[in-house]
Amino acid sequence: MKYLPLLLANLGRKKMRTILTIGSFTVALFLFGLLGVIDMSFNQGVEVAGVDRLIVRNKTSLIMPLPIAYKERLGQIQGVKDVTFASWFGGVYQEPKNFFPQFAIDVDTYRGMFPEFIIPDQQWEDFARDRQGCIVGRKTLERFNWKIGDRIPIQATIYRGLWDFTIRGVYDAKREADDTTQFWFHFNYLNERTPFPKDYVGWYTVRIHDPDNAGPVAKAVDERFANSSFETTTETEKAFMAGFVKQFGNIKLIILSVGSVVMFTLLLITGGNMSLSIRERINEIAVLKAIGFGPVRVLGLVLAESIGYAVIGGFLGLSLCKLFTLSGDPTNGLLPVFFLSHETVLYGIGITLLVGLVSGSIPALVAMRLNIVDAMRRV
Amino acid sequence: MTNNLHAQDALIAVKNIHKNYQRGSETIEVLRDVNLNIHKGEFVAFMGPSGSGKTTLLNLLGGLDVPTSGHIFIDGEDIAGMSAKKLTTWRSRHVGFIFQMYNLIPVMTAFQNVELPLLLTRLSKSERRRHVEAALAIVGLADRMSHYPRQLSGGQEQRVAIARAIVTDPTFLLCDEPTGDLDRKSANEILDLLTRLVQEHAKTVLMVTHDPLAANRAGTRFHLEKGVLAVNSKGEAP
Repeated sequence: MKYLPLLLANLGRKKMRTILTIGSFTVALFLFGLLGVIDMSFNQGVEVAGVDRLIVRNKTSLIMPLPIAYKERLGQIQGVKDVTFASWFGGVYQEPKNFFPQFAIDVDTYRGMFPEFIIPDQQWEDFARDRQGCIVGRKTLERFNWKIGDRIPIQATIYRGLWDFTIRGVYDAKREADDTTQFWFHFNYLNERTPFPKDYVGWYTVRIHDPDNAGPVAKAVDERFANSSFETTTETEKAFMAGFVKQFGNIKLIILSVGSVVMFTLLLITGGNMSLSIRERINEIAVLKAIGFGPVRVLGLVLAESIGYAVIGGFLGLSLCKLFTLSGDPTNGLLPVFFLSHETVLYGIGITLLVGLVSGSIPALVAMRLNIVDAMRRV
Repeated sequence: MTNNLHAQDALIAVKNIHKNYQRGSETIEVLRDVNLNIHKGEFVAFMGPSGSGKTTLLNLLGGLDVPTSGHIFIDGEDIAGMSAKKLTTWRSRHVGFIFQMYNLIPVMTAFQNVELPLLLTRLSKSERRRHVEAALAIVGLADRMSHYPRQLSGGQEQRVAIARAIVTDPTFLLCDEPTGDLDRKSANEILDLLTRLVQEHAKTVLMVTHDPLAANRAGTRFHLEKGVLAVNSKGEAP
């Protein structure tokens, strides 16, 4: 602590340079945080996927349906505990930009399959009684300022026509990473009005008794429907979600590439600034060494300075990112989960310290090895 | 020879010092067989033309550099053979440096500049404050503690540098052209202050200077010529 005035004095030495260096860290860490948020959003389904749930879909493609009759047959397979199903609706509210995911669900079994979603019993009962009722996630409810009892017209893009729903309940999530933008309604309502062949569902979700037994159960499911008109592909919910994310491209690689370039640039900027700063202060460092500041202490002071820039800039960048995420998903539903996770913050802090340390290391070594007599002679 | 008779009670005893520098394949002999005794409370000036080895000798006495051969006993301890690490600690305890260009840290106040050497000690914050205030009072700048170097005149800056040099109560002060960058009036003030430190506070001061007026303030003057120490002002052989 007693070196703090010296450290602060050095940080404030060239104010414009300090502002620009800290600004670089701020922008870089803001961007890093944002990339982390986007990555988290794309992968949230993978992160929160239930370990005891399998997804059964049409082997040909996810957009191809499966017969509703499979529900009973799936329940008979050894290792299977519960079965539910859902279908993608793909409608929009008022205009195309108002997108959010809508699912036609099996009212009897869906809630039990996803205990991570919290819905008051009374609301669920009201929903179950109303064929045109729906349950809306908290984020979507707040996004459109809806309330329970509102009638919501949804323009179908696959099933054609305008569909009316009445909000009977709202669900929240137990974890921050769970998606609360979904909209659930009765599969029976869809099945009744669909212009396509009836009694087909989008996919099944199966709960198994033993998560360690996921492989054999998935194999048993697919074998059960092999050589039928609707062959299946069964995988864990995590693998299914990961495959879904892959359809958008290798998001992680893109994020890693952009993040690495930003951090490397930051390293060059800070390293350059620190080198310049030390070169300007050769004489002062020589004096410090002359009066008894040892090489290690000098090394520590220079490193503390570069880490100081990093910590201030990193703190500002991550704080700004946090503030930015508080206003919610700016993409109108493309990123259903939009928050700065603790994990991203920890990574950010780690990267901040690492860049601060690495960028200061060469100037710090130069200062540490500085020969007092030579330095004095240079002035 | 008289000087050698007092060698045993000398604060600083330099024995057969040689200092060479290597420039490519050429060896440059900067100091040649320098012998010297300085007693506690002496005010010593080293004079000589540029390149005569004055600053090199000062650097050796201050533990900033090591001799090629010979011994430098300071208060009975030979610093010529000390490791760099040991020398660093030794300097912080025994030497107060005063430079021609003051070499204050421009972004720190006079108080903070003077406090710097005390950061290396175990003194508490309040003890450090007491020491700094005392040092600044000695140099007559008690009312300029919160001023930055840019807010001080050259003479005042040098006085802050002197306060920084004496704040740890070192064994001796090394001054490299302390008045070289000052006008005559300010130079006289600094020389008055150094004289007072010797007379009233029993400090030992070693000063390198080109200025004969400054050198005349010293009780003992040595002349260096091409790395060889000539007789001192008292007519004694070093």
